Amino acid sequence: MGAGHAHTLYRHGHSHVHRMAPQAKLAAAFVSVVAVATTPREAVWAFALHAGVLAVVVAAAELPLGFVLRRLLVIVPFVGVALLIPFVAGGEQVEVLGVGLSREGLWGAWNVLAKAGLGASISIVVAGTTEEARILEGLERLRVPTTLTLIAGFMLRYLVLIAEELRRARTAMLARGWVPRWLGDARPAASAAGVVFVRSYERGERVHAAMLSRGFTGTMPELDTHVTSGTDWVLGMGVATAAAATAVVAVVTT
Amino acid sequence: MHAPDGFLTAGTAVATGAISVGAIGVSLRQAREQLGDKQVPLAGISAAFIFAAQMFNFPVAAGTTGHLLGGALAAILLGPAVGSLIVAVVVIVQALLFADGGVTALGYNVLNMAVVTAFGGYAIFRALLRVLPRTATGVVFASGIAAGLSVVLSATAFSLEWLFGASFPVPFDTVFGAMVGVHLLIGVGEGVLTGFAVGAVVAARPDLVAGVRDLDRTALRDRTSIGMRGFALAGLLVSLLFATVVSQFAAPAPDGLERVAQDTGFDAAAEDHALADSPFADYATAGLGNEPLSLAVAGAAGVVITLAVGLGLVAAVRDRGSAGDRAGDRQHSPT
Repeated sequence: MGAGHAHTLYRHGHSHVHRMAPQAKLAAAFVSVVAVATTPREAVWAFALHAGVLAVVVAAAELPLGFVLRRLLVIVPFVGVALLIPFVAGGEQVEVLGVGLSREGLWGAWNVLAKAGLGASISIVVAGTTEEARILEGLERLRVPTTLTLIAGFMLRYLVLIAEELRRARTAMLARGWVPRWLGDARPAASAAGVVFVRSYERGERVHAAMLSRGFTGTMPELDTHVTSGTDWVLGMGVATAAAATAVVAVVTT
Repeated sequence: MHAPDGFLTAGTAVATGAISVGAIGVSLRQAREQLGDKQVPLAGISAAFIFAAQMFNFPVAAGTTGHLLGGALAAILLGPAVGSLIVAVVVIVQALLFADGGVTALGYNVLNMAVVTAFGGYAIFRALLRVLPRTATGVVFASGIAAGLSVVLSATAFSLEWLFGASFPVPFDTVFGAMVGVHLLIGVGEGVLTGFAVGAVVAARPDLVAGVRDLDRTALRDRTSIGMRGFALAGLLVSLLFATVVSQFAAPAPDGLERVAQDTGFDAAAEDHALADSPFADYATAGLGNEPLSLAVAGAAGVVITLAVGLGLVAAVRDRGSAGDRAGDRQHSPT
């Protein structure tokens, strides 16, 4: 399920959602996902409202629907699991087209599909309108430990390069007549992965040496390039409040 | 196994979240002690390696591919603290940027995929090194078995969380059986890949492998060539043995836990499921009087069935693809 991460995450644009301060955007997204996840599954209307809010944000962000839907394919494995639930779950059975299905299981499947779909869509909108570095900057401002955001930053910076090293190793093996078909043929690929690890580690040491030579003392200098405007927080909290209020009403009424 | 939002209940998400935050905090401190100010570039680029390895497709069977999960690999190469830290970063970034795994599911996803695989895998690795010869060959086998079992541990952890936080009533034993059964097979692949990857690093730079830092270097140079067939067979035997032995321990445990679940009002899942009449229902084989024996038979049968289904699928894919492959081979044959 980790495969297929090669697509472009960020979609360049100049909408309000793009320009919003990353910490306000992340906080709004997090509150919204929590609201979706805690909405009781019986409150179908609440999920429709959540989807409505999301649709407004997608429109405001000027993201094409196709972009969001294509990236939603990442949850397909769990859709498969969800579709099996009504057949294996216990409890009261209902007849659907002549097949006995579990009523609880049908609710469970709906629950997983609705929450996974909405939750993933919210993440997609955030990643689609915020550059990677800005997301990490926002996380840091939300008091996530700097070491974690720095490690994540280095990871994203070197990801394509390391992936390319692995790909080159595979190309070299294919050029020498390697035909990977069975797990038994995986040995050279696994060994190549080991070699790429050695190179990555040595690269880490080289990068560290380069950092030291440029005056690194153990902490990274802070770059204060973006100022949060009050409007960003008002907009973000507006979306978050809509989602949270929907969830609260749904919990109270069901 | 990137679970999406809402897959387990909110309480489970919060509880596992607290455990994960604690584990990451401890790992961060230990990593700083271990690496000093090298921590950021080294852990960052190693995390890029694990992420990239997850995108790299390895052959599994008949042209189908799978990929590494890397928790045990990272722990053996970099130590369990740095290992769990970098896999946690990978999982968090996958959720935030790639929408792979829910943001509210991060608590259990980080716990299962980073903390359990890294610490559990490392513990098994070190335990195996006590009994296996402390040579390069021994390290390859220890890494492979530890990586395979770490995947099974991860599946077991998920099943246990299911017991307390199921969002729909599929009974614990169904989830446990399905998760562990599937992951035993995934574990064979993970084990083979991890074993050979660690073997390559031990051959090139044994000083980089945190898990063998205290072993004798001259003994590590002792490498017998390991046949692929033998390695895969060993993996299969271990998973069979594991299913047989672990089912013994697993059997009494759910009873106790199920009672806890019932006491706390989570009794929907305890209802009998549709497969209650199947021969292996409740993990005891019908018609066998001896309970431990029948449990063992059920566990082993689970592995054999999963394997058979897997091989059947492979055969089906291969038969369909063979005509095209032959045409392809002809094109590539040297003339």
